[in-house]
Amino acid sequence: MKIDTLRLTAEEALGLIERKEASGAELHRAYLDAIAERDGELHCYLRTVEAAEGEGVPIALKDVISTKGVETTAGSRILEGYVPVFDATVAARCRTAGLPTIGKTNTDEFAMGSSTENSAYGPTHNPWDPTRVPGGSGGGTAAAVSAGLAPWGLGSDTGGSIKQPSALCGNVGLRPTYGTVSRFGVVAFASSLDQIGPVAKNVRDCARLYAIVAGKDPADSTTVDVPEVVLPEGESLAGVRIGVPKEMNEAEGIEPGVTAAVQRAIELARELGAEVGECELPRSVEYGLACYYLIAPAEASSNLARYDGVRYGLRADAEGYYEMVERTRDAGFGDEPKRRIMLGTYALSAGYYDAYYGQAQKVRTLIAREHAAAFERFDVLVSPTSPTVAFRLGEKAADPLAMYLSDLLTIPSCMAGLPGLNVPCGLSEGLPVGLQLIGPQLSENTLFKAGHALERALGFDPVPERLR
Amino acid sequence: MTGHEWQPVVGLEIHVQLKTRTKMFCRCANGYGGGENTQTCPVCLGFPGALPVMNRQAVEWTIKLGLALDCEIAPRAVFARKNYFYPDLPKGYQISQYDLPSCTNGKVLVPTPDGDHEIGIVRAHLEEDAAKTTHVGGRTGRIGGADYSLVDFNRGGTPLVEIVTGPDVHSSEDARRFLQLLRQTIVELGISDAEMEKGTLRVDANVSVRPAGSSELRTRCELKNMNSFRFVAQGIDAEVKRQIALYEAGEEVVQETYDFDAGSGTLTARRSKEEADDYRYFPEPDLVPVEPPAELVERLRAEVPESPARRIRRIEGELDLDRAVVLVTGGLDGLWQETVEAGAERVAAANVIANRLAGADAAAVEPAELAKLVEARDRIPRTALDEALGKVAEPGFSAAPYLEQEAVSDSAELEPIVARILEANPGQVAAYRGGKEGLLGFFVGQVMKETGGKANARAVSELVREKLQA
Repeated sequence: MKIDTLRLTAEEALGLIERKEASGAELHRAYLDAIAERDGELHCYLRTVEAAEGEGVPIALKDVISTKGVETTAGSRILEGYVPVFDATVAARCRTAGLPTIGKTNTDEFAMGSSTENSAYGPTHNPWDPTRVPGGSGGGTAAAVSAGLAPWGLGSDTGGSIKQPSALCGNVGLRPTYGTVSRFGVVAFASSLDQIGPVAKNVRDCARLYAIVAGKDPADSTTVDVPEVVLPEGESLAGVRIGVPKEMNEAEGIEPGVTAAVQRAIELARELGAEVGECELPRSVEYGLACYYLIAPAEASSNLARYDGVRYGLRADAEGYYEMVERTRDAGFGDEPKRRIMLGTYALSAGYYDAYYGQAQKVRTLIAREHAAAFERFDVLVSPTSPTVAFRLGEKAADPLAMYLSDLLTIPSCMAGLPGLNVPCGLSEGLPVGLQLIGPQLSENTLFKAGHALERALGFDPVPERLR
Repeated sequence: MTGHEWQPVVGLEIHVQLKTRTKMFCRCANGYGGGENTQTCPVCLGFPGALPVMNRQAVEWTIKLGLALDCEIAPRAVFARKNYFYPDLPKGYQISQYDLPSCTNGKVLVPTPDGDHEIGIVRAHLEEDAAKTTHVGGRTGRIGGADYSLVDFNRGGTPLVEIVTGPDVHSSEDARRFLQLLRQTIVELGISDAEMEKGTLRVDANVSVRPAGSSELRTRCELKNMNSFRFVAQGIDAEVKRQIALYEAGEEVVQETYDFDAGSGTLTARRSKEEADDYRYFPEPDLVPVEPPAELVERLRAEVPESPARRIRRIEGELDLDRAVVLVTGGLDGLWQETVEAGAERVAAANVIANRLAGADAAAVEPAELAKLVEARDRIPRTALDEALGKVAEPGFSAAPYLEQEAVSDSAELEPIVARILEANPGQVAAYRGGKEGLLGFFVGQVMKETGGKANARAVSELVREKLQA
């Protein structure tokens, strides 16, 4: 049979397999064919995996996820040619669930970026408009799901790398509660913030994939036991208390088209029975981004120290050890990792630690408390995921601060370790707008339920208009 | 600045390699024996995405050691990252407890002839060891200028406890006494072999001096690479001497790290170029804090045996300080006690055990049999005693066959031999008669040799003295 990967959801693909209308290998082949057809323009994948291993629904994995026997570069030259000898826990869980890997998707180098333009292997293009970015860092996975090059995929999110690309590509992405999904084997950016999560065409698919990868892992000490995942059904939001944080919906830089789409979604939620009220997260929005850009680079400066040319990856020629390390890192890292390593090194330096890293951690506690207070009154908080729709390639590449502001609204809840779900809520200028739903820790089932009801009511078509 | 007395001020840093079955943060085997880089995995090689997981045994043993050193056990200890580049550090950072260690504020009372000397334990914390590097070629054996460097990651990631004392050690003799007690404490806890020669116990010393009676802390220098207690003492003495000479010459001490060379007894300054001084510590986000439940701490406290220092003070009353120290720090005091209980005389038993059984497996010795040997030590031939003591730790050892052998104490038999020896050594005889009474042992030894060890030493000794006084 001819498989139309453009519209096929993971759940539908599963139906094909269960009814024996298609095998895992046939599905895998269909996606490889779609990639051959459309990925030349989009560049979602850094490499594909030809052999289909498993009888389940194929999956795309962001290239920060270690895959045994398959090159894993994290979008960096410094890891060019590095082939892991072990699977990341999430890759192993996908393997155990029988999900064949389609390929490894593009990412900003070491997941540092909001447009996937920082990949050492060239940018990914937005399937809705290839002159625009897909968001980042997980632009490869998000664009692949939207363009029918994968039914679902895994991304990693430090300050918005799952939610923001999902918003810009018009699909559903979950950044789970910190500690629910193992980070073992995932190339680290900022350990206290990194989380792995699913990207899919709809909320139910997202919940299914989350159920496969979530759960305590003895190899990651920061993981916790996770409540059983409930696949969302129904269209009512009766009894759900939705908070609208003023600062996150009125922040400077939010495009009017984005505000309009989000407002319509909130109105719809009220019609579905939700109790909607306003709330405040003043310090989270004012200080979240600044603190994030101390904590994340600080941890990154340490996490990236292992790329020294001694054991794997790139090694530059030099006379002595220190010279070799310097030259390897100079040649292997792009501008953004270098910028963050310098920022982070500075923030951790003797005499500056208390003023920067230490202070940022204190503010982080305040942000968590501020959110906790809001969750005493509300079950879910909503805001735009990204202040803007997808911007043009190169538009912000020369201005790191403008790029950092893309994550203004996703960062606060990441800093608080909270789960967040992006659900597409309409178009602005012909491009998708994402609605961000934030819940308290371990409230993924609530987010799935609310996201699913909204998604049904909104009727957003996740297939890019130009590909229909 | 001359004309007054100087007091050495020494703080010690001791690294103890724990003999856990696996490494600190991964499941690789911990220990020697494997070929280079065979006891490694993605975690201890610092592969991308690999994460550390704490070794429960190492954490518990650290707490146990802290309890044995009278420390406060932190209800919340935190591992941090110590960041620096070196090929023996695969992650680019070492995971180590830093500002919140598991054990703080302890003390060891060191019994000395002039009372107990209290050595404060500032902290004891858990960390991972670095890998082993070998720099080949070049002049210095260092990374700079080497032709190439080899790294063996088997040692990388093995658990280490670092114990830091206060600046409370005021002589090389105190340092030696303290280290002996500490080592014995560690060995008795069963957490490490604590052998300096093997590097499972490593000692660095921070040394300064000050005018006696003053409480100031002057510039200190760090001594490294001393691989026996004796060398630690020698190193401290050499550094103290060097610093006093500097001050007395009107110069200043410059903070520096020195390697002690045991062969020449000299100190060589390290080039400070290779040392980074800003480690950019921050809490290790891949691990959760160590929060031992109170019941665990109490269980571990109950498992800590009576301290060596306390045992020294206890048995010192029945012997004397020196013998008590030798027995306890040799792990022989238990055997001594049982041997005395089996009927042996205290001092004689202590002498035999301390002088003849050092290094033997004390637990394998049957005290009743040993007691018989101690009682018969002067009566049976020396050769028989030597042989018996050599076998006393063997399974099923019986003293009986040795006790049957009688030493020759018959004067008639011994006299001609004594006469012959004296005649053959006229110089020594003259010296003895001139007051060098220490030569008695020489004559006794000669006679023993002549009789093939079969003579009764005491009888020979009396006979020789008698003849010489004649």
